[in-house]
Amino acid sequence: MKQSAENAVEVVGVSKVFGQGASEVRALDDVSVSIRQNEFFTLLGPSGCGKTTLLRLLAGFEQPTAGQIFLSGIDIAGLPPNKRPINTVFQNYALFPHLTVGQNIAFGLEMLGRPKAEVSDTVERMLRLVRMEALRDRKTSQISGGQQQRVALARALAPQPKVLLLDEPLSALDYKLRKEMQLELKRLQHETGITFVFVTHDQEEALTMSDRIAVMCDGNILQVGGPRDIYDHPADRFVADFIGESNFMNARIESVSDGRATLSLTAGATVQAILPEGVASSGDVTVVVRPERARFLKDGEAGASEVSLPATVETIVYVGTDTHYHLKLSSDEAFIARVQNDDRGGFLPAQGQAVQVAIAASAVQVLKD
Amino acid sequence: MANTQMSQTTTGKSAGGFTEAEAERRRVRVNWLLSLPALVWLAFAASGPLLIMVVYSFLTPGDYVGVVWDFSTDAWFQVLFTRDIFDETIVTMADAHLSIFWRSISLSLMTTATTLVFGFPTAYFIATRSPRSRPMWLFLVTIPFWTNLLIRTFAIMELIRNEGLINTVLLKAGLIDTPIQMLFTDGATLVGMTYVYLPLMVLPLYASMERLDFRLVEAGYDLYASRLQVLRRVILPLVKPGVIAGSILVFIPSLGAYVTPRLLGGGRNMMMGNFIEMQFGAGRNWPLGAALSITLLFIVMIALIFYVRNVGKEGSGHG
Ligand SMILES: Nc1ncnc2c1ncn2[C@@H]1O[C@H](COP(=O)(O)OP(=O)(O)OP(=O)(O)O)[C@@H](O)[C@H]1O
Ligand SMILES: [Mg+2]
Repeated sequence: MKQSAENAVEVVGVSKVFGQGASEVRALDDVSVSIRQNEFFTLLGPSGCGKTTLLRLLAGFEQPTAGQIFLSGIDIAGLPPNKRPINTVFQNYALFPHLTVGQNIAFGLEMLGRPKAEVSDTVERMLRLVRMEALRDRKTSQISGGQQQRVALARALAPQPKVLLLDEPLSALDYKLRKEMQLELKRLQHETGITFVFVTHDQEEALTMSDRIAVMCDGNILQVGGPRDIYDHPADRFVADFIGESNFMNARIESVSDGRATLSLTAGATVQAILPEGVASSGDVTVVVRPERARFLKDGEAGASEVSLPATVETIVYVGTDTHYHLKLSSDEAFIARVQNDDRGGFLPAQGQAVQVAIAASAVQVLKD
Repeated sequence: MANTQMSQTTTGKSAGGFTEAEAERRRVRVNWLLSLPALVWLAFAASGPLLIMVVYSFLTPGDYVGVVWDFSTDAWFQVLFTRDIFDETIVTMADAHLSIFWRSISLSLMTTATTLVFGFPTAYFIATRSPRSRPMWLFLVTIPFWTNLLIRTFAIMELIRNEGLINTVLLKAGLIDTPIQMLFTDGATLVGMTYVYLPLMVLPLYASMERLDFRLVEAGYDLYASRLQVLRRVILPLVKPGVIAGSILVFIPSLGAYVTPRLLGGGRNMMMGNFIEMQFGAGRNWPLGAALSITLLFIVMIALIFYVRNVGKEGSGHG
């Protein structure tokens, strides 16, 4: 297999097994993924799915059991961590407690043997970049969590790595600060033009920040794509379930023509949807519909590209920006419709009422499994 | 030494039903009461003998043993100077004493250095084992303590004396023609003291390495530091408290070592411990022995202040 230097990182058939015999853990199972130059790439998945393991393999702290890792087209198997132009922002930041903020940021540059003047210039520049100029001579134990996070970032960015690895760098911050740092990270990535590989198990974070996302589960990468792609066209049930809220419905494929399938939903309607590759062209399938893609009909006047389903309102949950309607379809399947609270005066049913829900045909997504 | 006994004084519990001020007063009183045994013991066992030493150092030696209660500063004079036997007005530096001081200090420094060199990797090794096997390794380190020091020292003599194991093997193998003189040298004393005091270095070093966050070591490698640079720039500064504690624990008893230099160094390679003992025995000069003891105390104190000042400061910056 030929590796193109176009990709910042290329992971080819990598497996990682910890332990032996009965206690064997397969943390990564034949994973392949390409990360492009200057991309904000996110590894998203539940706890224990192997995100940290993949980062540690990239950084060089662990060696793959099988497979190869290329950096700009060059196999980096033999390189120890200190020879890889890759830096890490650790989950707990791992700032050196015996050094000041400035000395922490200078560390990598000094180890690379850069001249003193250049080191202090870069440190100043980094401090400005993360807006920490005033705290250069503080001990790292004397600054707040958010500030530590910025120092960790500045320290990892200072040597200008080809790739920056970030292992859940925002998980220790409170909600407001996290939102702020998300934007800040985006800005930094934009300004520095460095490839970011970002790990999170927060789907919202992944969707707002990433150029592309890899969804992981049990040591496998299930789907790679842009945030829209992944959200609108989840490849399988796990991805659909993990990212955003989902309504799953059973359907039967009636006919297929030109890559489009005519489906009859068990809940009682016929709809046309794109048939993804690798799905049989007959038999039963699961489809997914996002809760915000449904609306209520007053007198059955469904649009041309909509299907309408009869349902009963079971519970109504108010969640600030939205209201969630928990419905029961005629097929006994549960369905959640999310309506924005915007006073636009659409029809809103009451609890216990029988209604018609309209779903945009384009919102019906056929799943692989 | 005193520290270990003082540390018992800090615990205390508040009882219900008091105002805060009362409770606080009561707590202080209870703490004092609890620490009383330690204080009495300290006064009795440490200050008492020290006071006697100070008094004796200003008396005149008795003819055979003990002291005569005549005030004299002669003993203090003799610590550093000697008078000519025939003409008391000719005063010279007591070269023999100075060389003993110097041997004591330099051998103790070397012992501290060698235990550090051997103890550091040992402690690092133990601290990087799995938590379950660490107690076993620590246990192995402390095994030498189980046997009497004298017996262990005799065992070393048996290894290194001219007819001992090492020389015999080398002679038989034809590598040497005449036995190498190893016993009764400063080198032998150094080897013996390193052996005896190594656990005192390993244990405090291990204690601080066990608390070391090894993710910081990874961060060091991640930021392009070589192994040596990680050791110097990350690990050493972080385990410095252990290095200081271990060095003090080794240096102080080394300076006053008695058994090891006596058996391995022989009669001519005396250290201060042996020299002081001699004054109370064959030398029949108790005031000089007392003055020497106090001198030793001062050397230890000065060395400690110097060490803590310098090592304590350096490395809080970088470079
Ligand atoms: N050093 C190790 N020895 C044994 N098993 C390990 C080791 N490191 C990781 N594992 C196992 O490998 C699997 C993946 O771990 P990993 O740390 O990569 O998960 P993660 O996706 O980062 O999870 P989290 O979101 O909780 O950080 C887990 O089952 C974990 O127990
Ligand atoms: Mg992790």
